[in-house]
Amino acid sequence: MLYLQLFYTFFKIGLFGFGGGYAMLSMIEAEVVKNHQWITSAEFADIVAISQVTPGPIAVNSATYIGYTATGSVWGSVLATLGVCTPSLILMLLISRFYIKMKDNAYMANIMRTLRPVVIGLILAAALLLFTPDNFIDWKSYLFFGACLAAALLRVSPILLIVLAGIAGYFVY
Amino acid sequence: MLKNYLALFFSFLKIGCFTFGGGYAMIPVIQKEVIEKRKWVGKAEFLQMLALSQSSPGPMAVNTAVMVGYRLYKTTGAVISFLGTVLPSFIILLLIAMFFPLIYHDPAVVSIFKGIRPAVAALILHPVYNFSKEVTYWEYPVFFAVAAAVYFGFSPVYFIVIAILIGTGYTIYRNKK
Repeated sequence: MLYLQLFYTFFKIGLFGFGGGYAMLSMIEAEVVKNHQWITSAEFADIVAISQVTPGPIAVNSATYIGYTATGSVWGSVLATLGVCTPSLILMLLISRFYIKMKDNAYMANIMRTLRPVVIGLILAAALLLFTPDNFIDWKSYLFFGACLAAALLRVSPILLIVLAGIAGYFVY
Repeated sequence: MLKNYLALFFSFLKIGCFTFGGGYAMIPVIQKEVIEKRKWVGKAEFLQMLALSQSSPGPMAVNTAVMVGYRLYKTTGAVISFLGTVLPSFIILLLIAMFFPLIYHDPAVVSIFKGIRPAVAALILHPVYNFSKEVTYWEYPVFFAVAAAVYFGFSPVYFIVIAILIGTGYTIYRNKK
């Protein structure tokens, strides 16, 4: 039952996951942290951090990690990962088959336009949802947040940022 | 044939191994491997595949891999390039999920992650800032409403479905005029 639920939940995330990894995060948070409570908000932040310093799409990384954590079994990982990728696999096969008809599609262009502000809103929500007592434990957390945001705006790479924040955390806490 | 399949598999395995930080970081790597080195697809065709991958749901790297694989060897190719892309991150994250709990309560690890968690919030917020500079007037209320609603517990799925319906409806309306 738990395995089916994992597959179904990640299938849904894959099917509605428009706008790339960060936009999918809010859906993963809503489903996995809030709805099913398979992991805590702090664990979720940890997975995102780990995803930044390991290769591969963030949605696949989260699915694999959460699948194992929720079930304690490799099969949980397999099902969650297949769940998040199956919609992509099916849709892209269909699109590839009917390739010529999809070119310069007015429907596609307009849907992308209406999706854009929604996707940005989803990313903002994903960030806001991380402002929990789990992740922001004291005033120093806000200092870390501010410094990292400033560094990100100055185009410091995400990998370097995570590593530096980790080193700083080790010395401060 | 087997040799071709293996070449496809290992190319995407390489792409899956060396692309840190998700989708957009993968584009130049895929481009180099698929267009320049292997010459599997032309540049114009690749750009079109990329546009379709971006407009479709799901991880962009997976979408692109499936399209390139299908273009070469139909459904078999799609499955091969899909497995190549996903396997590295699957194996790495599975190992982390298995062994991370063993060190999770180590005081040094606890301190490190106390520093990292607020950084993650900043990293996610960063693209919002970039987008917000080019947001047009009608997009602002939608953007804020969606962020607030999802923050307070509404499922993101609703808003994605509504956006797709409005986009479709608008196109039908324009076509009729």
